Amino acid sequence: MIKVQQQDFDIQHEYQALAKDSQAGAIVTFVGLVRDMNLGKQVQGLELEHYPGMTEQSLRTIVQQAKTRWQLLQCRVIHRVGKLALNEQIVYVGVSSAHRGDAFAACEFIMDYLKTQAPFWKKEHTDEGANWLDARESDDQAAERWQQE
Amino acid sequence: MIKVCFFAKLREQFECDELSLEANNITQVKDVITQLVTLHPSWQSELKQSKCLVAVNHAMAKADTAVNSGDEVAFFPPVTGG
Repeated sequence: MIKVQQQDFDIQHEYQALAKDSQAGAIVTFVGLVRDMNLGKQVQGLELEHYPGMTEQSLRTIVQQAKTRWQLLQCRVIHRVGKLALNEQIVYVGVSSAHRGDAFAACEFIMDYLKTQAPFWKKEHTDEGANWLDARESDDQAAERWQQE
Repeated sequence: MIKVCFFAKLREQFECDELSLEANNITQVKDVITQLVTLHPSWQSELKQSKCLVAVNHAMAKADTAVNSGDEVAFFPPVTGG
């Protein structure tokens, strides 16, 4: 299940959708939030732009790659777009598997790939004005380590 | 015709979210860039930056990726979602 949407999501609802599978022995979830500080600036909120069509295709490819690498039951990915205030939820990744090792690894893999491959862009509103965020080398390094293993 | 789109910082800098190009003389992504720079010389430095990413029909592409009439070519900065 992949969704790109403006509205918020309910973690409990997403968790239950993963947990109802009786084969699931492990569920790992990740939620990304809008935080108040970035690179020393006070953040007031974010604006998220994406490339409709390519975004969904790119997320489907990432989930497919995860399912090829690990034994997974379900993957649920939700990414919000539009204006987001401090503390709001941005992204959700939930993975279920028979065992925790696969679920932990796949959840992290999906997030690392999402951050470097899915066409989303963040514009940050701070007390010093609005600016588009630059990609971080640390995110590229996080994604690259999956290629070395 | 070829549909060209721009996203995020590029869209704002170019003050353009999409435009159409005649497909004549275009066979690869680099030809799209050449035509865009001919029409808008001020876009050259952004479009020719190594960081500028390009997708053809929603798939990541390179300078020598083939482009045909009816294709959608998008230019955008490195992604920052998540």
